[in-house]
Amino acid sequence: MLRTRLAPVLALALVFSACQQAAKPPTTTVSPSAAGGEKPVAGGTLTFVVNAEPPSFDGHRETTFALLHPIAPHYSLLYKFDPNDLTKVIPDVAAEQPTVSADKMTVTIKLRQDVKFHDSTGMTSEDVKATYDKIIFPDIAKGVTSPRAGAYAVVSAVNAPDKYTVEFKLKYPSASFLTNLASPWNFIYSAAKLKADPRWYEKNIMGTGPFLYDGNTKGQDWKGKKNPDYFGKDKDGTKLPYLDAYKALIITDANAGVTAIRSKQAMIEFRGFTPSQRNDLSAALPNDLAIQEAPWICVNYVVPNTTKKPFDDPRVRRALSLAVDRWTGGDALSKTTIVKDVGGLMRPKGPFAMSDTDLVKIAGFGKDGKANKDAAKALLVAAGVPNLTFKFLNRNIQTPYEPVAVYLIDQWKQVGITATHDVKETSAYQADLRAGTFEVALDFNCDFLDEPDLQLAKFWSASKAGKGLNFAYYDDTKLDGMIDAQSRETDPAKRVTLVGNIERYAMDEMAYQYPVLWWYRIIPYLKTVQGWKIGSNHYTNQDLTTVWLKK
Amino acid sequence: MRRYIVGRLLLMIPTLIGVAILTFVIMRAVPGDIVALRYAGSSVPQDVIDQKRHILGLDKPMWAQFVDWMTSISHLDLGQSLWTGHSVIDEVQVRVPLSIELAVLATLFAVALAVPLGVVAAVKQDTWIDYAIRVFSIGGLAMPSFWIGIMMVLVTLTLWGWAPPVVFTPLFEDPVANLAGLILPAIAVGYRYSAVSMRMTRSTVLEVLREDYVRTARAKGLRERIVVVRHALRNALLPVVTVVSLEFAFLIGGLVVTEQVFNLNGIGKLLVDAVAHRDYPLIQALVLLLAAVFVIVNFVVDMIYVVLDPRIRYA
Amino acid sequence: MARAEPRAVSERATSAEDIAKRRYLESTGRRRFVRFWADFIRRRPLGTAGAVLIIVMLFAAAFADVVAPYDPTAINFPDLLKPPSPEHLLGADNFGRDVFSRVIFGSRTALLVGFTSSLVGCTLGLVLGVASAYLGGRTDQIIQRLMDVLLSFPLIVIAIAVVAALGTGEDKIANVIAAITVPIVPRVARVVRSSALSIVQMPYIEATRSVGAGAIRIMFRHIAPNVFAPYLIMLTAFLGQAILLEASLSFLGLGVFEPTASWGLMLRGAGMQFLEQAPWLAIAPGVAISMAVFGFNLFGDSLRDALDPRLRTG
Repeated sequence: MLRTRLAPVLALALVFSACQQAAKPPTTTVSPSAAGGEKPVAGGTLTFVVNAEPPSFDGHRETTFALLHPIAPHYSLLYKFDPNDLTKVIPDVAAEQPTVSADKMTVTIKLRQDVKFHDSTGMTSEDVKATYDKIIFPDIAKGVTSPRAGAYAVVSAVNAPDKYTVEFKLKYPSASFLTNLASPWNFIYSAAKLKADPRWYEKNIMGTGPFLYDGNTKGQDWKGKKNPDYFGKDKDGTKLPYLDAYKALIITDANAGVTAIRSKQAMIEFRGFTPSQRNDLSAALPNDLAIQEAPWICVNYVVPNTTKKPFDDPRVRRALSLAVDRWTGGDALSKTTIVKDVGGLMRPKGPFAMSDTDLVKIAGFGKDGKANKDAAKALLVAAGVPNLTFKFLNRNIQTPYEPVAVYLIDQWKQVGITATHDVKETSAYQADLRAGTFEVALDFNCDFLDEPDLQLAKFWSASKAGKGLNFAYYDDTKLDGMIDAQSRETDPAKRVTLVGNIERYAMDEMAYQYPVLWWYRIIPYLKTVQGWKIGSNHYTNQDLTTVWLKK
Repeated sequence: MRRYIVGRLLLMIPTLIGVAILTFVIMRAVPGDIVALRYAGSSVPQDVIDQKRHILGLDKPMWAQFVDWMTSISHLDLGQSLWTGHSVIDEVQVRVPLSIELAVLATLFAVALAVPLGVVAAVKQDTWIDYAIRVFSIGGLAMPSFWIGIMMVLVTLTLWGWAPPVVFTPLFEDPVANLAGLILPAIAVGYRYSAVSMRMTRSTVLEVLREDYVRTARAKGLRERIVVVRHALRNALLPVVTVVSLEFAFLIGGLVVTEQVFNLNGIGKLLVDAVAHRDYPLIQALVLLLAAVFVIVNFVVDMIYVVLDPRIRYA
Repeated sequence: MARAEPRAVSERATSAEDIAKRRYLESTGRRRFVRFWADFIRRRPLGTAGAVLIIVMLFAAAFADVVAPYDPTAINFPDLLKPPSPEHLLGADNFGRDVFSRVIFGSRTALLVGFTSSLVGCTLGLVLGVASAYLGGRTDQIIQRLMDVLLSFPLIVIAIAVVAALGTGEDKIANVIAAITVPIVPRVARVVRSSALSIVQMPYIEATRSVGAGAIRIMFRHIAPNVFAPYLIMLTAFLGQAILLEASLSFLGLGVFEPTASWGLMLRGAGMQFLEQAPWLAIAPGVAISMAVFGFNLFGDSLRDALDPRLRTG
C-alpha cells in the first residue's frame, strides 16, 4: 500500500531549506535618514500601513494612533513638535511662542493670519477658542467626550480677545501646560461647524492642515492630497508639503503589514515592528531598507485591584512585583517582541528617569532574580497566601500583551502563584477594568511626551482625579499631595527628585501598580522615504509636512 | 413541477424565520446588557447610556425587539454597527464582492479538482492510483484550510520570494492583480471543498459504471472513454451537484478562516472582527445573512436538480 | 460468555437480509467482536492505519506527562527559537518552550474538546433522531424543522456565534465545547433519523408495541442499538471535525488562550509571526491537526464500509 502524503514530505523539505535560511543574520545596518541631509524633492505619493481602523474621525475624542496616522495630515495644531528636533515645541497655527503673564496665570498666544480651512474660510481666534472649549469643557449632555480634559484641569477659561489672539486663564501656574498645547490630538476645528453640530467632526473632515481629504474606503484605505493653500514653508521658503498625496492602507494583520512593505506595496508603517519582523525585512530587502529605532513612551502595568482580597495587602502586591525578573525578561523578550527596557514610572533614559543605581533598589527592579523570588515567597507566606491563585485579565492583542502575560505567568508560577490567563476583547476588557470586577490586570499607558503629569495621571486617587484612569482603585491623599506638588514645581531638577520619591512610594512602599517593561520602537521602511525622524512615541509628528520621497 | 417549486419556496420561509429566531436567541444569550457592558464604570452618565439603550430598542420586551428587527430587515435595514457606527449594509457592501469572487474561484477550483480525480479514481478502482486519490481527498478534509494557506505562503515566500498583493483590486480594474491576490486563498479553500465531492463523484461513477445501460454500451463495443464520459458522467453529475451544495457550508467556513490568514477584507473577516469587538448587532446581522445565503443556495441547487433530473419534473 | 439477547426476529423471515441478520445476531457477542476487528485489520489497511494514528494520539494524550520531555509551559529563554535538534525534536518557540512537548500536550486539549463535544453532540443527535423517527407525526415535523434551521448555519458560523454570545476566557472552555456541540447535533439527528425510520417500519417493532412496551423502552432498547452503526461512524467522523473546529476557533482567537498548549493556538501566534525565521513553529501543529483528523476520517470511513455497505460513499 502506497501512501503518498505530500504534506510531510513537503514539510520536511521546507524545514530543511528553512533551517538554512534561518541561519542567516540580518545584513542591513541601521541608517537613520536625517531630516536635513539632502535637498528635498517635491512630488510623489507616500503609501503607508495603518493596522487599525479609526473608530471616528474626531481627534479630540479618540485615543488610538489609528486615528492620528491617516487623519492628522488634514489638521493643524496650535503648537507642534519640531520634525527636525522632536524635543522642541514650535508654533503651528500660532504665530510665535506664547507669552506668559507675570503672575503666570494667563497665557496669551498670537495666531497666524494666513491660515485657511479647506473650505477656504479663514481661521480666527474664534476657531481656536471653540476647539479648546470642546477639549477642555466638553458638552457631555450632547454626547461629546474628551478623554484628555483632565490634562487641562488647570485651565479655568479660554478667551478670544481679538481676531488673532487667544488667551488661556489658568487656576495656578503649571509647568506642563505649555507643552500640553502641543498635544497631537488637539486638531484645530472650525467654530462654525462646531456651533452647528458639536459632533460634526466625528464623521467629517475639514481642517487647516497640509493635506486635503481625498476619500476613504472602509476597511481598506484613506487618501489625502496636497493642500495648495497650506501656510507652511520650509527654511528655504519652499511651500510645504513636499508630497503630492498620501495613501494609508488599512491592514489589520501584522504579518500582512510586513508583507506589504516587503513587496513594496507600502513604504513605511508608523507604529513599530517586532525585532523578528525587522530581521525578516532586512533579509528580504538588503539594499532598499532603512531602519530607525528608539525607546518608546509606552509601558505595561501590572494592576492589582486593591478592592479585592488579598490585594489590599501591600505585601501581596509587592510580592507580585518582586517575583518578576525584569532584567532577564527584557533581555529575552526584546528579541521577539516590542518590549525592551526596564524602567520606573518615567521612560528609562528620558529626562525624568531614575538612575539605574536608584532603580535597582526598588522592589522588583533588582538584578538578583533568585533573591527577589525568595523574598516574594516569604512575603506571600507572611501575608497568609503562599499558594495565591487569581485570574489575570488581559487584552486580546498579540503584541506585546500576550508575550508579556505569558512571561509574567511563568515568573509567578516560580514563586507558587497560579495565575490563569483571562483574555478578553478590548471592549470587554475595558468594561471589566472600569467595573472593577477583575483581580489583577495588565494595563498599559502610552503618551506623547515625557511629562510626569501625563505618566502619573493613573496614580491619582481613584475616586477623585484618577477616575476612569486608576484601575487599582485606591485612594491615597498622601500620594495625591505628592503628585500635585511635582506638578507645581517649576525647577526641573527639584521636579525629578519629587518624581523619584513618588516612584519609590507608589511602586515599592505601597506597591499599587508597577510597570513591567517599557516598549521599544522599531521602524523598518523603504529608503525612498525621507524627512521623517523617529520620536519617542507614535502620536506626534504625523502631519507629514516634511516627508519627501527620494527617487 | 410548478407545485414542487412553489412548495419548496414556501418551505424556505419557515426555515428562514426559524434561522432569524435562532440567531436572535443566541445573541440574546449574552450575559448582561450589551450597552451596559460597553460603558461599564466609565464616566458616561447614566442618561446617555439609557438613551443608547432606547435607540437600540433594548428597553422593549424580547418579542417586541424581535418584531422590530424583522420589520427593519424587510426594509433591508440590517441595523447599525456598534463598532464602526456605519450601517451594516454599508459594511457588508464593501466586502461582499471579494467574498463572492473568492467563493466562486474556490468552487471552480474544487470542481475542477474533484470531478476529474473522482472519475479517474472510479475507473481505476482499488489500484494504487485509487488509494492515492482517496488519501489526497481525505487530506483536504483533514488539513485545516488556514494551515494550508499558511503553508502556501511559506512555500511561495521561501522558494520564490513572492507574496500575494495585500490590497484587493476589483476584477475589472486589474484582472491580473485581482487574481494574483485571490489564487492562493482560492486553492486553500477549494481543496477542502473538493474533498467530499471527489469521493462522491467516485462512488456515483462507480455505481453508474455497473448499470445496465453502461454494460450495454460496452457490449456495443463503444470505446471506454465514450462510455465513461457520455453515459456515466452525465448521470453521476447529479449527486455531485447535491454534494457541492451540501458542502457549501465548508466553503463559508473556509472563507472565514482563510480570509484571516490572507488578510482579505471580506465577509468572513468582518464576522471575526465583529466578534473581536463584541459588535452584537453586526454579528447578528452577519450570522443571519450567511445562514440565509446558505438556505437560498440550497434552494437554487434544488431548482437545478429539477432541471437536471427528469424524474422530478413529472412528479 | 455473554450471549446476545435473542431479538424478536419474525419466525417467518425469508429475505436474505433477515437471514443474514439473524445469523449475525445469533453469534456470540465476544467472538463476534473479535472476528469483526480481525476482519477489519486484514481487509482494510487504510482504516487500520487510521486506527493506529488514533491510538497514538490517545496514548500521547493520556501519558503526556511521561512522554513529553519538557513542561509545555516552561519558559526557557536561552533556547529561544532554536531549530529542531536532539534536545528539541521539533525545535523551540519564541519562549524557548519545547515544541514537541507542546504538541503532545496539545493533543490533550484537542481530545478533551473533541471528545466531549462529539460525544455530547452525537448522543443528543441520536436521541433526537430516534425520537423523531419513532414518534412520528407532529413531533417528527417539529424536530425536523428545528434541525433544518440549525443545519442552515455553516459549522463555523454558528460556533463563532455561540462563542460570541457566551464569551471567551480561561474558565469558559465549556463555551467552546458547547459551540462545537451545537452544529453536530442536527447533522447526526438527520442521519440517525433516516436510519431509524427503516427500522421503525420493521414488523418486530410493531410486535413489541402491541405487547405493551412503552415508547421509551422501545426507542432505547430496540431502535437505538440498531442504529448504533451510523452513530459510531458519525462519532468518529465528527471527532475529527470537532478537533478541526477547536483548532480553527483557537486560531481565530476565540478558543483557548496562552499559555495552554493547543494546536490551533500555536498556529495563531508564533506560527504566523515567525513563519520565515522559525517555520517549524507553523509546520508541527498543522501536521498534528492533519494527522489527528486524518486518522479519524480514515478509520471512520473504513468503519462505515465494514459495518454497512449500504452507507458506502466511496
